[in-house]
Amino acid sequence: MRIFDPHIHMTSRTTDDYQRMHAAGVRAVVEPSFWLGQPRTSVGSFCDYFDALLGWEPFRASQYGIAHHATIGLNPKEANDARCREVLDVLPRYLAKDRVVAVGELGYDSMTPEEDDVFAAQLALAAEHELPALVHTPHRDKLAGTRRTLDVVRESALEPGAVLVDHLNEMTVDVVAESGCWMGFSVYPDTKMDEHRMVEILRRHGLDRMIVNSAADWGNSDPLKTRRVAETMLAAGYTPDDVDRVLWRNPVEFYGQSGRLELPETQAPGASEGELVAAGATFMGNSVLRGARE
Amino acid sequence: MTPTNPTTSTDALAEVASDPDTIDRHFPAAARTAAREGRDGDAAREALLLAVPGRAAYVVEVVRRVYDHGDAAERRAVLLALPALDDPDRPDPIGDTALPIVRDALRTNDTRLIAAALGPYAAAHLDDDAWRQAVLKVLFTGIPVDQVAGLGDRADDELARMVRDYAAEREAAGRDVPPDARTVLALAHRAD
Repeated sequence: MRIFDPHIHMTSRTTDDYQRMHAAGVRAVVEPSFWLGQPRTSVGSFCDYFDALLGWEPFRASQYGIAHHATIGLNPKEANDARCREVLDVLPRYLAKDRVVAVGELGYDSMTPEEDDVFAAQLALAAEHELPALVHTPHRDKLAGTRRTLDVVRESALEPGAVLVDHLNEMTVDVVAESGCWMGFSVYPDTKMDEHRMVEILRRHGLDRMIVNSAADWGNSDPLKTRRVAETMLAAGYTPDDVDRVLWRNPVEFYGQSGRLELPETQAPGASEGELVAAGATFMGNSVLRGARE
Repeated sequence: MTPTNPTTSTDALAEVASDPDTIDRHFPAAARTAAREGRDGDAAREALLLAVPGRAAYVVEVVRRVYDHGDAAERRAVLLALPALDDPDRPDPIGDTALPIVRDALRTNDTRLIAAALGPYAAAHLDDDAWRQAVLKVLFTGIPVDQVAGLGDRADDELARMVRDYAAEREAAGRDVPPDARTVLALAHRAD
């Protein structure tokens, strides 16, 4: 089984996690830039963080046979701090980097005017840099926040297919399904979504534009939740090909719009040895590289 | 013009030669552009740095900025290009003025950067103390010592002492001494 975790904050995780993830089938991840728990007070802190997402963290991941990519952006919480707004000025430099596969996480936290401005400005940057956007939905007042998110996306230059709206649940999935945006689900031990509810949502909505992630970070979370969803899908009667679609091909298709994925060699379920997706191949302009140390 | 996938490699070189600041835009995209053209990304990035016109002091200023703003692959490409920037056939070779970049890379724990920092440029310019520490770091991090340029020429008694101590520490802990430690010792003794 090959798994692509399209949203996981590996900077907050240990090497044990990398080992367990690889053993569970995770071969590629996307790490969205986000809030670190402790508010930052200067642009320099962001630059060092972005540099780590494009330097040290991919190196760490490669040592465990996992391809690491990032999304770069100013998160909505810190968009409210005037000292952090200048991050918008350094973003173009980062959005030009090879392994940056989207702008994000963007979206709303408290739905302030500042958050409106920063969200819209970064959707414009995404369009300018030919990158998709990863948009998170707020914890509080979630349905209203999701509707407002979709309004801003509609007013932007991005196509709905270039936007992934994340952290959805039973209350918010319908409006996003209608919008044409991709639907992201963060499967957590206690909050957000769990694997059984996830399979129920797949049953009701189908597998199109469906993205499942662990969103594991510094809080109570589990980097193996993607694998748990795969197992729960199989137990519910989904085929290995269905699982591959949700946990590999869908995220590859979404982030592949950047043309900047660098995927390891992998094997689709049911494929014979000769059908290995080999190094040197390309997918929508993205590279397939020989796997890191296995 | 967008900073993403702006142009061909040839266009990028011409733009950097006439307006060096455009390297900020071309350098990050150079590996993607080169891959589309079936060319090597590191070589394309080296060519961009070599295209920066002007005196060594200015060239190094640009090289430093590109390094500071670079991701790991860009930084590695800068390190690999240092010998070419210091080529005596260039009108104004950079000499030892890019050493701060080498020192920065040697402070990291990224083996790709450490290995790239220890090419012919470090062999020619890095002071003895820093160079010996770097070789020891190579042994610690498992980088093959054959990637260290000029090892046979620069390995000296002091390096041999450091490596012997390292081997003794490993043995005292009941751990293997990496074969590369013996290689360094053999080279150091040959140099005596």
